[in-house]
Amino acid sequence: MKTLLCALLLAPLLALASGPELHLDRMPDKSGDVAALQNGAKLFVNYCLNCHSASSMRYNRLRDLELTDQEIRDNLMFTADKVGEPMTIAMRRADAKQWFGVPPPDLTVIARARASEAGSGGDWLYTYLRGFYRDDTRPSGWNNSVFPNVGMPHVLWELQGEQVLGEDRKLKLAVAGTLKPEAYDAAVADLVAYLQYMGEPAAPFRRRLGIFVLVFLAGFLVLAYALKREFWKDVH
Amino acid sequence: MSAITAKMRGLLEWVDARLPVTSFWKAHLAEYYAPKNFNFWYFFGSLALLVLVMQIVTGIVLTMHYKPDASLNASGVPVAFASVEYIMRDVPGGWLLRYMHSTGASAFFIVVYLHMFRGLIYGSHRKPRELIWVVGMVIFLMLMAEAFFGYLLPWGQMSFWGAQVIVNMFSAIPLIGPDLSLWLRGDFVVGDATLNRFFAFHVIAVPLVLLGLVAVHVLALHEVGSNNPDGIEIKNKKDDKGIPLDGIPFHPYYTVKDIVGVVVFAMIFASVIFFMPEGGGYFLEFNNFVPANPFQTPAHIAPVWYFTPYYSVLRSITYPLFGIEAKFWGIVGMGGAVVIMLFLPWLDRSPVKSIRYKGPIFKTAVAIFIVAFLTLGYLGMQPPTPVGIAIAQVCSLLYFAFFLFMPIYTRLDRCKAEPERVTG
Repeated sequence: MKTLLCALLLAPLLALASGPELHLDRMPDKSGDVAALQNGAKLFVNYCLNCHSASSMRYNRLRDLELTDQEIRDNLMFTADKVGEPMTIAMRRADAKQWFGVPPPDLTVIARARASEAGSGGDWLYTYLRGFYRDDTRPSGWNNSVFPNVGMPHVLWELQGEQVLGEDRKLKLAVAGTLKPEAYDAAVADLVAYLQYMGEPAAPFRRRLGIFVLVFLAGFLVLAYALKREFWKDVH
Repeated sequence: MSAITAKMRGLLEWVDARLPVTSFWKAHLAEYYAPKNFNFWYFFGSLALLVLVMQIVTGIVLTMHYKPDASLNASGVPVAFASVEYIMRDVPGGWLLRYMHSTGASAFFIVVYLHMFRGLIYGSHRKPRELIWVVGMVIFLMLMAEAFFGYLLPWGQMSFWGAQVIVNMFSAIPLIGPDLSLWLRGDFVVGDATLNRFFAFHVIAVPLVLLGLVAVHVLALHEVGSNNPDGIEIKNKKDDKGIPLDGIPFHPYYTVKDIVGVVVFAMIFASVIFFMPEGGGYFLEFNNFVPANPFQTPAHIAPVWYFTPYYSVLRSITYPLFGIEAKFWGIVGMGGAVVIMLFLPWLDRSPVKSIRYKGPIFKTAVAIFIVAFLTLGYLGMQPPTPVGIAIAQVCSLLYFAFFLFMPIYTRLDRCKAEPERVTG
């Protein structure tokens, strides 16, 4: 009876539910893979951190990825002086606006911002960074299947090569890049895993702590319930 | 040892002669007799109090690090938005405080909605508890204001455009509307002035009123005593000492019971903050991780889930009336949907209080009301479609009909006889 009632109550909601329109590829899970995250950080500082800032992310936070301050300084810092500085860029916003139409957004929390009903922010970025194709009608010569008429040119084109959009609206590799398609997908997955990490560096610790908190509360619940039972014995 | 006990007793007597500590303890806890048959639904009052305290404590610490500043920093990120990320990264434990506060807002509405529903089904709003209900409804209104002001502070896209939509609504009021919305915003667009005043309202003005009202709510409750799932007055049957036969002292019985409720709540709450702090985009909207941009209107502006039933009512009113545009009547409808609940104590004319003894008409009406309310809530999150609007219109009518026809159908209903004493 109760199940039936619940089903009846929820029925109007089901009738209205509609599927997401945007199709996104699922990114491989690399959240615990330190080598992948380090490679992602390397790709990020080399390819992204020229036009995009990550102004809430400090370089020395990368110690999370099992790097020392010296390793960070030697391999990942090109413009900043001190390892405690945030990842800012030298490009002026007014210039950027002229060159790209809009200033490239700060990428600190981009992986969280791009989440939607269609998939996680990582899925969106993974599909987006593999979705560039040649389009001569665009000022940069590039367009994107996930983000139509995007202002950003295909920064990773040397790695991927050049894709074209076929008649069937499918992407095909026309000119090969320095990486094989599988290797390019893996590199993008590393980069996106890094962006996800950067979106919330505390996330792995949060999940670990959460287990302890829940175990503690479960123990507390047993005691609290025993206490309640003991007191309520004399209530009839 | 006995010397210390004697000293302590002496100190307590000294204080009691100057401040009613012992009598307060007795009146509100040790000798406040609550019905012994409270069930699951009675956890949400104390949980609402718990969440209120948690929001205030986490809010105070967040205020130490948050900056209500809409100007852009060197990287083009608004200072307010960046200060939230600063809390999430550079303040020790800051992420936990922020998630507790942001999830706490949703938790507050969940427990308050359940608390209100409890009142509705067990007749807790009926005589002699009308004022408790009325004060509670004002608390609910204040809570909505508090949540609305607070939602602007992270200064993301949804913060900005949500505030823009709500403040613009006031401009639909005839004659004074445009000036009123300008006065509320403090600027021609939502901007730094708006952010600063919303911050002031969120951290000082509204919490102050909320705390005062909560004290009045509890005082009024303790004056008349708690209702119970049977909806009968335990004070009608007392023993020779004047203690209700079906009453038990709040402390220790309900303090130990409420601790169990608190721990279960804490486990659910912790599961959200530690494992899904965004609540699937319902507690922290994804688009709010994009800094506020006055030049880029999002394709779809949705309020946070707890406002969506009322937002749906607003959107469902699409035709002008008496020469005034539809938007104005939308606001009237939305406001009316909240305010009409205030009159519940006088709309319910049933001879019994609790749903346990009410007849099939009331039970059906409540079921329809739940469906209408949830459907409105769901529709409020979706982009408007002709079908959606039509369904929202039907649900809005059902929502209002539930209240407006209550004086009639509660009198027609075939109720059962209430028991003499509470039943389990």
